Amino acid sequence: MSDRPDPPAHYREPLLQTPFHARARALSQVDQFTPWSGYTTVDVFTTVEQEYFAIRNAAALYDLTPMSKYRIGGPDAVDFLDRLLTRRASGLAPGRLAYCLWCDDDGHLVDDGTLFRLDETEYRLCAASRQLDWLAASAIGFDVQIDEVTAQIAALALQGPTSCSVLKAAGLVGIEHLKPFQLGRYDCGWPLIVSRSGFTGDLGYELWMEPDHALGVWDRLHEVGRSRGLRAIGSKALNVARIEAGFIAPNIDFIPASHALRANRARSPLELGLERFVDFDKGHFTGRRALLAERERGPRRRLVGLDVGGNKPAHDALLYAERAGRREVGAVTSAVWSPTCKRNIALAMVNWPHCTEGSALWADIYLNRELVWERRMTAARVVDRVFFSPERRRRTPAVDA
Amino acid sequence: MSLRASSNAVDCLVIGAGHNGLVCAAVLARAGRSVLVLEAGQTIGGASVTREFAPGFRVSAGAHLLHSMPATLRHELRLEQHGLIAAATRMPTTALLEHAPPLAVEAWACGVESEARAAFDARMRRVARALAPIIERRPPRIGSGGMRDVLEWLRSALRLRLLGRRDLRELLRVGGMNVYDLLEEQFESVALQGALALDAVLGSNFGPRSPGTVFTLLYRMAGQELALAEGTELPRGGMGAVCAALAAAATAAGAAVRTGAPVARIVIDADRASGVELADGERIAARTVISSADPKTTLLRLVGPRHLDAGFVRRVDRLRGRGLAAKLHLALDRAPAFTGLEPGRLGSRLLIAPSMAYVERAFDHSKYGEFAPEPVMEITVPSAVDPTLAPQGRHVLSAVVQYAPYELKGGWSDGRAGAIERLLGMLERHAPGLRDSVVGAELLAPPDIEREFRIDGGHWHHAELAFDQFHLLRPVPGASGHRLDIPGLYLCGAGCHPGGGVIGLAGRNAARCLLEHGE
Ligand SMILES: Cc1cc2nc3c(=O)[nH]c(=O)nc-3n(C[C@H](O)[C@H](O)[C@H](O)COP(=O)(O)OP(=O)(O)OC[C@H]3O[C@@H](n4cnc5c(N)ncnc54)[C@H](O)[C@@H]3O)c2cc1C
Repeated sequence: MSDRPDPPAHYREPLLQTPFHARARALSQVDQFTPWSGYTTVDVFTTVEQEYFAIRNAAALYDLTPMSKYRIGGPDAVDFLDRLLTRRASGLAPGRLAYCLWCDDDGHLVDDGTLFRLDETEYRLCAASRQLDWLAASAIGFDVQIDEVTAQIAALALQGPTSCSVLKAAGLVGIEHLKPFQLGRYDCGWPLIVSRSGFTGDLGYELWMEPDHALGVWDRLHEVGRSRGLRAIGSKALNVARIEAGFIAPNIDFIPASHALRANRARSPLELGLERFVDFDKGHFTGRRALLAERERGPRRRLVGLDVGGNKPAHDALLYAERAGRREVGAVTSAVWSPTCKRNIALAMVNWPHCTEGSALWADIYLNRELVWERRMTAARVVDRVFFSPERRRRTPAVDA
Repeated sequence: MSLRASSNAVDCLVIGAGHNGLVCAAVLARAGRSVLVLEAGQTIGGASVTREFAPGFRVSAGAHLLHSMPATLRHELRLEQHGLIAAATRMPTTALLEHAPPLAVEAWACGVESEARAAFDARMRRVARALAPIIERRPPRIGSGGMRDVLEWLRSALRLRLLGRRDLRELLRVGGMNVYDLLEEQFESVALQGALALDAVLGSNFGPRSPGTVFTLLYRMAGQELALAEGTELPRGGMGAVCAALAAAATAAGAAVRTGAPVARIVIDADRASGVELADGERIAARTVISSADPKTTLLRLVGPRHLDAGFVRRVDRLRGRGLAAKLHLALDRAPAFTGLEPGRLGSRLLIAPSMAYVERAFDHSKYGEFAPEPVMEITVPSAVDPTLAPQGRHVLSAVVQYAPYELKGGWSDGRAGAIERLLGMLERHAPGLRDSVVGAELLAPPDIEREFRIDGGHWHHAELAFDQFHLLRPVPGASGHRLDIPGLYLCGAGCHPGGGVIGLAGRNAARCLLEHGE
């Protein structure tokens, strides 16, 4: 890691375009783009509803290229990853990937992402935001080679009930046998690495390819996908799906530790309800001592699911222990009306002990009705935050819808 | 098998037999702990050592003056009974000047400026005295929330408050200043300014104009406040005698000292220090491990990043610890004759720092990897007061050479002869005929110091002593106060508060910290 070249002069560049940009631009009907990690990406192509139903009822194609990607290799790669991540990297077999977290010294979440083990010696870490600084700090004392490969790899998420059949039609032989969190090499006229993973909580795949092949792959998928309801989607629709799946998003449900300016704003995996991804028995990892102390002390708050009354999303609502709204016990971080579950759902950070499942809370919802604000104290109940998890998500061979 | 489970574990295993390691061992042994000191080198002493450098000539190869070891510590360990004898005490300082007779730097001897000098000294000493307890005590730990740490904070604040309004205001005014501006404001004599400025930058990576150099000066003075009234001393037998007395105190209390035992690794079992592994593979079990090696060596090499958090490792990795002071040793076949120096003052501290501008210029060169054409020196001729160091009638000259870059342009193997030549040329200007009397010469550049004393970077203080690496922040935030996050593991070397110099407080405070925690 010692001889890293100077970082590129990124400040001279405006927002970058992903290799799919030409197609995305052509499909965009409402011209809603949003920056993500230095790239311009689509927020909405047509309407959120239309795109959302593509995710849940057919197949949705989402441009994942801005995901920060790091190639990790070298003799100490496994040791490095075991010290970086809260779960055991050494247990990950070649050809598999895993959802994982990494913390700072105080046990606060720096970010979450997926770790791919491409083969015996090479790993790839994907995260929503840039991580090179933290990876470089974590590499001190390890014989490990870390390269940022974000721009070298174009990526698409193909999610939804018909996603497997779209891929089959595109010529990915045997794709139905790919198990969740497994990856494989396929061909659709262009070579692809495909992982069975995603951010929608449904059957779905992520496709990794060379940028030069990006448009070819895109066109091929659209060609065979037309009859299978395939539609390009933006981040707005994806956000609805990920809330239903109970997945957390940085800067929405938690502030990455490296971004938090105020004390007490960063959150630990225990607070975020992710303790099943923390392995205290695997030896030391960054943040372990702090997390052990936290576990000993007991939780102060927790990110939970909420079942909210009515049908008005509880955006940014403060939560109270009683209807009178005197004792504030938390706040909603993500909220949406779930069309699939037909429930008004939310994710919320709630103080102990009100975060235990079944706790009755009140959400203070503000409604703007043609510029007249109404306030609704609405009953809410703490529930498991995985609102949507269909059987087909797990089944192998994948069901062909 | 876990090391801790074995029955022959010692209570305390100290890594390094430098003076801090030995102090720590002595205090622990006196408190009834079973103690084993492991030293990598063939002899004890670390950077406070006496050794031969030319046949029949011995020198303090690292530190050469004893000026800041607290009187309380010397009494506590009865170092005098254990053989520490002074060859000279209250050593005066003499500024060597090229076109003027040497200047005695004592307040009363400063001619027209003696009054200004006395007032300056008095004020600085009052402030230094207020700082002394802060230097002497273990710093609190930030963010611990513990009662002891909060009290320690209050105590430090109160001490400064007790300074009185005028002195406190003066401290706040000058505390962040550079010594160049302060001395410029106080004195007319450039020679006096140069001599006083040297104390602020000796052993550091600073020039007189660098920020924070009033602080480093006060720091040094505060250390001296804690020392014996005897002031600066030359121990008989050189600085190795200090460590010999410390080792005697430690072994008398039951500690064992093993030399030639380089520790390769501190063994961490179930997130607890449980002993060490030597370079030859031997394993020694211990209930606690206390390291006097520099922080980078201890944390990055002996413990290893695998057992530490990444943010912490980054801070340790970024610790500034490149030495900028070299050591010149000359074997002379007769006494050096410094022009105009009274024979009685050959045993004083002789400074070549004729003005602050001169010192600053020498520093400037080092910034660009050059050895200054006109170097700065703190010279002692210990054989003038201690006949044990050289054969009859012959002499030893020991000089700290300030501003020798660790990474010399072109490298030290090619640059060494030229550097020695330059130093001899400089000395010749002040002591004509000296060059002809040289029968042996040795120059320890920072990389040599690194190698000989096993100090990563070869820095006097193991890690730069500066505002941002001081007290609570020393060696790095999250590790102040000796005790590390890994249970059973402690630091006790110069990289801890209050820093380097042969002081012994880091060793003593580490031992006390361990005892307070009931380990
Ligand atoms: C050129 C120079 C001149 C100086 N002049 C003065 C002066 O005049 N007056 C003054 O007060 N101070 C002076 N100092 C500073 C002073 O010498 C040091 O700050 C002080 O000696 C440090 O003591 P210590 O016990 O903390 O560490 P050290 O003396 O460095 O001792 C650490 C010991 O640990 C041992 N060790 C390291 N790694 C291992 C391992 N893996 N296994 C086993 N053992 C290990 C080393 O061999 C060493 O013996 C000078 C320093 C230098 C470099």
